[in-house]
Amino acid sequence: MALLEIKNLHVGVEDEDIKILNGVDLTLDTGDLHAIMGPNGSGKSTLAAVLAGREEYEVLDGEILYDGEDLLELEPEERAEAGVFLAFQYPVELPGVSMTNFLKEAVNSVREARGQDELGSADFLQYMRERADMMGLNADLTKRSVNEGFSGGEKKRNEIFQLAMLEPKLAILDETDSGLDIDALKNVADGVNKLRSEDRGFLIITHYQRILDYIVPDHVHVMLDGKIVRTGDKDLALELEEHGYDWVREEAAAAA
Amino acid sequence: MSTTALDTSVRPEDRFISAFEVNHGEALNGTNASISKQRTDAIERFAELGIPTNNLEAWKYTDISSVIDRPYTLPLAPERPSLDTDDIAPFLIDDLDAHRVVLINGRVDEVLSDIGDLPDGVVVSSLAQAGSTHPDVVEEHYGKYADFEDEALTALNTAFVQDGAFVYVPSGTVVEKPIFFLHLTATEQDLLLQPRHLFVAEDGAIARIVEAQHSLSDAQTFTNTVSESFVGEKANLEHYLIQDQGPSASQVHTRAAQQKDDSVYTTISATFTGEVVRNNVTIEADGSFCESNFYGLVVGKDDMHVDNHTFMGHVQPDCSSNELYKHVLNDESTGVFNGKVFVSRGSQRIDAYQQNDTLVLTKDAEIYTKPELEIYADDVVCSHGATTGQIDEESLFYLRSRGLSKRRARILMLQAFAQEVIDEIQLDSLEEHVAERVRTRFSSYFA
Ligand SMILES: Nc1ncnc2c1ncn2[C@@H]1O[C@H](COP(=O)(O)OP(=O)(O)O)[C@@H](O)[C@H]1O
Ligand SMILES: [Mg+2]
Repeated sequence: MALLEIKNLHVGVEDEDIKILNGVDLTLDTGDLHAIMGPNGSGKSTLAAVLAGREEYEVLDGEILYDGEDLLELEPEERAEAGVFLAFQYPVELPGVSMTNFLKEAVNSVREARGQDELGSADFLQYMRERADMMGLNADLTKRSVNEGFSGGEKKRNEIFQLAMLEPKLAILDETDSGLDIDALKNVADGVNKLRSEDRGFLIITHYQRILDYIVPDHVHVMLDGKIVRTGDKDLALELEEHGYDWVREEAAAAA
Repeated sequence: MSTTALDTSVRPEDRFISAFEVNHGEALNGTNASISKQRTDAIERFAELGIPTNNLEAWKYTDISSVIDRPYTLPLAPERPSLDTDDIAPFLIDDLDAHRVVLINGRVDEVLSDIGDLPDGVVVSSLAQAGSTHPDVVEEHYGKYADFEDEALTALNTAFVQDGAFVYVPSGTVVEKPIFFLHLTATEQDLLLQPRHLFVAEDGAIARIVEAQHSLSDAQTFTNTVSESFVGEKANLEHYLIQDQGPSASQVHTRAAQQKDDSVYTTISATFTGEVVRNNVTIEADGSFCESNFYGLVVGKDDMHVDNHTFMGHVQPDCSSNELYKHVLNDESTGVFNGKVFVSRGSQRIDAYQQNDTLVLTKDAEIYTKPELEIYADDVVCSHGATTGQIDEESLFYLRSRGLSKRRARILMLQAFAQEVIDEIQLDSLEEHVAERVRTRFSSYFA
């Protein structure tokens, strides 16, 4: 059974008469890493948000199965407990919410859902230090408020750090590579590679091919105007890099 | 006990005026000359001003007259309800190692107080006692900062003043431990109390004063407090106030401070309960290079009504002031914030900042907020802002996407919102105490 099965997904924005996704189909097996590429505004973040349970979007048609269960039935926190993780394109700053308290609560709610014991303060701090170390995150950041005053690169690294803390089964990364300098890009890619495993699937959304030089995908999809119009292997990403999206757009138009 | 039941058949102003006339002699007993000589002027001024109504701009959103117009009893002589240390234990602050003074119904209780050793020359006592032991200090400062010319309730307090708290920190003296005043009301009767406090930090003095107001009774009370502080040159006074007297207690709390050159004064209030609470906080920076800080946190529930009315008077150049008030309003609670900044002609290079933020959790909770700037100097940086809204949806989603329940995410967001004021509390034990009180309150929300 696939880890994630998206079937004919149509999504709009409630009471605004806007349609964003127009029949997305995608199947992702555990252990696989899929990349979704596409120009700005094609609906990539909307897909990620719907997977994570954002309420402002309305599913008009289609279904999403996660581990064979209806994902759309679950609240965002239930999805997190079930092992879905979204690395946000624009991580939110939460002044006054300490990283440590927030992560402790997050880790323990996910652990509880998995039938694991809660981590006490000392064990939690040690776990957090280990993971920060593993992900190359400056441990000072864990002493601050969530994302408050973090640089763009620090925010993205913090998303990957949280991924490492929560150990999801399905990790969705929404343009985690955007706006990073080369060191941060390598650092993020390195983190993802460390976290790749047989019992974890990745859905990596990106605008550019460059991160795929460091994270080699099993499958690459191209999204245009709310649909996946082409699927291939890692060479598809290189083709896109070379020829741009217009080429896929023309082909898709011709096929229609 | 000597009391006067206010005669409710006449208009409330006349009740006080006749109570004053009847008890004039008795009220004067044992008090100092500089205290007593202001009484007659004060009652006359009160008679002229009358109890404020909503027609006055400064009282537009707070109806204090209906709270005052109740059949209260005025206690005139000290009464000592039989309380012991067990009764006050719930109101002590964990790990706060302090010079402790307990006031019951506005009177210092010697038995329950535990002042301990004070640095040489420092005085912590009742105002009544200070009137005889330190008449010169009282003479110099009493009635100088809380002006009753335009404030009927300050006039009323001044007319009936009997006792309250007194602190004197002489020049250059540091009081390491905080001075903690626990104000308790303990009564079977509906009481109207008028405590009067005087806090004097002379040049170069450093002190921290913590005041906490609680109640041991369900009786209706109205407390009309006036507190005056003097902060001398290069002195530093931190002044905290916890307001938690329960749903049947109302109050007008006037806190007036004057600062001299190079001094720092910080007032922080946290309001958790009260039927109608009005805080008049006034700071006059009567010296150059003063720093003045006002912070306030209002955690409103049920039909609480809390009004913070602040006045920052910049009458000398090169000063800065900071003001941050935050409200978290649940149920049908109401918040009012009015912050006036006055900069006199010639008070150049003033940096005045004011911010007021509110989270409104229900459709029935309300906030009225109004900044007021009156600036007569040209080289002044003055900024003010107010925000009102709900808990940010984007932030809630972020927290929930990490596995926190909607309820826990909301509570965490409320705590984070309040934290900005809590962070200004420099005393760790008090900071933790307030944070815990806030946590407990928010934990009961969204159930
Ligand atoms: N909440 C929303 N309300 C209205 N329009 C939206 C909303 N979210 C996304 N859109 C629109 O949907 C389209 C796809 O957006 P998005 O999913 O962010 O694309 P991408 O991530 O591929 O750049 C855009 O035209 C965007 O303006
Ligand atoms: Mg996007």
